[in-house]
Amino acid sequence: MGENREWNVKKIMVCLKRVVDYNVRIRLRPDGSGVVTDGVKMSVNPFDEIALEEALRIREGGSPVEILVVSIGPADCQQQLRTGLAMGADRALLIESDIQVEPLIAAKAILKVIEREQPDLVLLGKQAIDDDCNQTGQMLAALWQRPQATFASKLEIVDGRATVTREVDAGLEVINVDLPAVVTTDLRLNEPRYVKLPDIMKAKKKPLQTESLASLGIDLEPRIRVLKYEEPAPRQKGVMVADVDALVAALRDKGIFN
Amino acid sequence: MSKVLIVAEHSGNQLNQSTARCLSCAREIDPAGADVVVFGSNCGEVAHQAAALEGVARVLTVEREENQAALAAIIAPQLAVIAADHDYILGPSTTFGKDLMPRTAALLGVGQVSDLMAVTGPRQFQRPVYAGNAIVTVEVPEGLKVVATVRTASFKPAAEGGAASIVPNQVAAELPAHTRFIELRTGGGDARPDLQTARIVLSGGRGVGSGENFKLLFALADRIGAAVGASRAAVDAGFVPNDMQVGQTGKIIAPEVYFAFGISGAIQHLTGIKDAGLIVAVNKDPEASIFQVADIGLVADLFEVIPALDKKLG
Ligand SMILES: Cc1cc2nc3c(=O)[nH]c(=O)nc-3n(C[C@H](O)[C@H](O)[C@H](O)COP(=O)(O)OP(=O)(O)OC[C@H]3O[C@@H](n4cnc5c(N)ncnc54)[C@H](O)[C@@H]3O)c2cc1C
Repeated sequence: MGENREWNVKKIMVCLKRVVDYNVRIRLRPDGSGVVTDGVKMSVNPFDEIALEEALRIREGGSPVEILVVSIGPADCQQQLRTGLAMGADRALLIESDIQVEPLIAAKAILKVIEREQPDLVLLGKQAIDDDCNQTGQMLAALWQRPQATFASKLEIVDGRATVTREVDAGLEVINVDLPAVVTTDLRLNEPRYVKLPDIMKAKKKPLQTESLASLGIDLEPRIRVLKYEEPAPRQKGVMVADVDALVAALRDKGIFN
Repeated sequence: MSKVLIVAEHSGNQLNQSTARCLSCAREIDPAGADVVVFGSNCGEVAHQAAALEGVARVLTVEREENQAALAAIIAPQLAVIAADHDYILGPSTTFGKDLMPRTAALLGVGQVSDLMAVTGPRQFQRPVYAGNAIVTVEVPEGLKVVATVRTASFKPAAEGGAASIVPNQVAAELPAHTRFIELRTGGGDARPDLQTARIVLSGGRGVGSGENFKLLFALADRIGAAVGASRAAVDAGFVPNDMQVGQTGKIIAPEVYFAFGISGAIQHLTGIKDAGLIVAVNKDPEASIFQVADIGLVADLFEVIPALDKKLG
């Protein structure tokens, strides 16, 4: 974090999604209606954790910034919001919903909160590791009519503008955007801190507000219907070879090298 | 007029192969073909390359100074206008398409099918979720435009042999001034085949140990005309640049042959290589999960195997 920086970010909103922990080997429900989540470890989406870490670092590098964490989903999402508060967010908002919330609906819900809260920066993961959609940040930026800087691996804020380094297929792209803006985070932006026990205790006293998704007055009709979940086609069992000669022979056998 | 519109990805003078792959997907939706739209400051060369693809009905060009760097905030409002008469709008599931398409979908008031991997009905598609550990079938209700990013590894590039007309377009969309392109820093591996289109890919993981040791892989790659990739651990450790990462959050690739050296085979990595024709794994740990998906596995030290391969395949 540089010194002498002119700070103009006063409020940062971070979106946290509750997902099946990335270490869990998922199982499908027998009727193909989804994945088994009963008794399965749930966590904050790793990309969103990075988003929150970045917000904390912005605060630690300068003047006071209020950090609000927001989640959309069932009442259990309070656990993930508490994790966010324990990491250092100031307050939390749960938009409660028992229906599957697709990215467009999530974006509309977040926009409602933005209109009320007026954050200078919205940070969220580039994708959630459950549906792997990679849409919400971009959709939010479109509806909000503000800049988007997706797949961020570096973020610098100076004079009401953010310079963002983005991980793209060709390498690293640097763009500069006016604030407020939406920034979606990639894995190399930072390494999130571990939550310590005293912080968990402190987080219990921080405000966590709940309101229902239905009360926001947005259209909840899904634009995409999910019909069924299936196992991916398995790859055929391969062979083990004993040494490099056997490897080369096997490759030649497959017609790869002549 | 075509029902399907494809957004071309290009570097300014070279059409990306992802466009030809989107075209194959488009023809499964509508065999009659698709329109391709090219946004740029000078679209001529790229438009000609697109027009030469088999199955392209028309190439629409939108030339504007602001379109030089493909910024989603700038392109999306123009794309939303151009797409007004199309039922399906496809872009590649590359960082270009992933950035642009959801912004466009939101402007059009519809959802997006991400990483479309199969067309199973006129409005029904399959896509991977949970890092490829499950496949969902989704349906876009009648009356809504279908916006999708196409998982390029799932579709072969369309052949050449077309001669579509090129139609310049003016788009009266107001463009924002809030987003500015500064620079693009490339990994510099331009002399080697592109990771996303190469026939053979050699990847190294944490087991390679250092950036210096990656030179072994580069040397072998150059000898056999392969591209070089890496696991996240190898990129995070700073051995190689980010554009070489293969996997859930890196590139999804489908080479004919994929070699994994010193890669353990985490699900996030495997999701990037599932469509490879042949997976070859070299790892000194016989329990490594990469061996569960490998077609050919060798339990050995990569520092002995790579030089030996270099000799025998050279
Ligand atoms: C949200 C999320 C997204 C992710 N996205 C990606 C992604 O896109 N791509 C990706 O790759 N990972 C991704 N990961 C990380 C992934 O979970 C693994 O941590 C990573 O793939 C491990 O890389 P590795 O196999 O190189 O390292 P390790 O798991 O450490 O494996 C190293 C292997 O090298 C072997 N080895 C060591 N020395 C030698 C030697 N001399 N000879 C032969 N073998 C040797 C070891 O036996 C070991 O199996 C993601 C993780 C998360 C949480």
